Amino acid sequence: MSIDESTAARVAKLARIRVEEEALPALAAEFNTILGFIEQLGEVDVEGVEPMTGVTPMRLKRRADVVTDGNQQDKILSNAPDAREGFFAVPKVVE
Amino acid sequence: MSDLNKLGLAGARDALRKGDVTSVELTEACLSEIEGADALNAFVHKTPEIALERARAADARIKAGDAPAMCGLPIGIKDLFCTRGVPSQAGSRILEGFLPEYESTVSQNLQDAGAVMLGKLNMDEFAMGSSNETSVYGNAVSPWRRGGDDAALTPGGSSGGSAAAVAADLCLAATGTDTGGSIRQPAAFTGTVGLKPTYGRCSRWGVVAFASSLDQAGPMTKSVRDAAIMLGAMAGHDAKDSTSVDLAVPDFEALLTGDIKGKRIGIPKEYRMDGMPDEIETLWHEGAEMLKSAGAEIVDISLPHTKYALPAYYVIAPAEASSNLARYDGVRYGHRATLEAGDGITEMYEKTRAEGFGAEVQRRVMVGTYVLSAGFYDAYYNRARKVRTLIKKDFEDVFAKGIDAILTPATPSAAFRLGEMGQADPVQMYLNDVFTVTVNLAGLPGIAVPTGLDRQGLPLGLQLIGRPWEEGDLLNTAYALEQAAGFVAKPEKWW
Repeated sequence: MSIDESTAARVAKLARIRVEEEALPALAAEFNTILGFIEQLGEVDVEGVEPMTGVTPMRLKRRADVVTDGNQQDKILSNAPDAREGFFAVPKVVE
Repeated sequence: MSDLNKLGLAGARDALRKGDVTSVELTEACLSEIEGADALNAFVHKTPEIALERARAADARIKAGDAPAMCGLPIGIKDLFCTRGVPSQAGSRILEGFLPEYESTVSQNLQDAGAVMLGKLNMDEFAMGSSNETSVYGNAVSPWRRGGDDAALTPGGSSGGSAAAVAADLCLAATGTDTGGSIRQPAAFTGTVGLKPTYGRCSRWGVVAFASSLDQAGPMTKSVRDAAIMLGAMAGHDAKDSTSVDLAVPDFEALLTGDIKGKRIGIPKEYRMDGMPDEIETLWHEGAEMLKSAGAEIVDISLPHTKYALPAYYVIAPAEASSNLARYDGVRYGHRATLEAGDGITEMYEKTRAEGFGAEVQRRVMVGTYVLSAGFYDAYYNRARKVRTLIKKDFEDVFAKGIDAILTPATPSAAFRLGEMGQADPVQMYLNDVFTVTVNLAGLPGIAVPTGLDRQGLPLGLQLIGRPWEEGDLLNTAYALEQAAGFVAKPEKWW
């Protein structure tokens, strides 16, 4: 599996990271090195093996479905790059 | 008493309780060492006011006869832990200016146990790296140098600042985190002790996430005894982390008898890598002899899927990272790029993440995005998770045959020069984790113990891997190894 520049551009878009056009060849080359390394996994016989979901076999704890936290709007917003009137502010999303 | 900063946790605790020293004195000694150690770039956010306030409170508690395990002991906290009101950036530009409104469970547990926070420690960005060279703060520098050579060496990574600070006696101990070896590799590079507990032993709540199924916090200390003391204070069930185990935390220090008679120590043949330096091979052999002399039985074992651990890790960890790091969107906290007229929300995300993340983080997020994308999910991600099942089974099989612990090298070499790996492809750097990453994939406890110096005078460490939840037994075996090795070397002060 070899990654070309258009695949690299597509992955960057999916990851929401801006990559300039001229940086794409180097990025694609790095992906190929890393993916070449991961390709070894193809040698392993995984027939009938369950994919691991959690490393420690345990049943997740349950609790009553009640509100346990809240009423801290100021704290939630205190680190926002842009907050107005009690809300996070972002550029226009819908035209 | 002089050189108070050179004490370990156990020594300082005993001196505090005897009244030979106060926490304020200990803390001032560390703060003044930190002031003189900017060349190491270990402490990246210093908190002297908080430290002295907590030291005074600790002295009052000790005086009142109420001294919990870490009372009055000054430590450093890796930048990955959120600490209330104190910068917590995970070594990244994208969290510049972020001041958490909350405290991570582990740092809170340490604070409740009386520990004194001196400041935040340098690290690779989002804990992605093995040399502390991906940090937004710049490189942390090892206090160690090769004999007759003043080239700056890496303290290892990602907990490089923690390792440098402990090795240079800027603090008594430090917290680290370990996703693929980030506690054990820097400990081995700096002649210190680093313990990665069983997955679930320490709460991940409030620790900036890298790969949630692998991340685990642990102590980085000057001795095995100190690691036992500090783990006891860090660990414990936390309702805020659903993977935190609800098991009693034993008194780990009380389990340090040094008696390992009859213990069966496995030597896995797959860890004998092609091209491994003679010195590492010799160190490993000597370590096995030491444990044998202490009464343990040395058993050759096989962990057949070892070779596939690194490639599986470099699918699973980036996949989880790409998901975890999706939260850095420039909306709720941290950096937001300056936008141009007409830029919409997508441009905001893309520009913010391009400016905020460094090259290695971008690379891993994109690799993770790729292996999770439609058409490749089965071929890469699911296959890696199946291989992970097999790697864990390798360990279960040897433990079922009565193996108590496994002895391996901690790293494939001694510390390298900063910049030395810069031109290599990323996979060369990843190979640093070859002996440690299996332990994260299998969720096991592992500890690096310094046992020797190489020809150039740099520390080398061995790793012991234990059964799940048996950190007490593991620490005791490590204690026996530490006693037998008698490692006492310290870096000569040049900074």
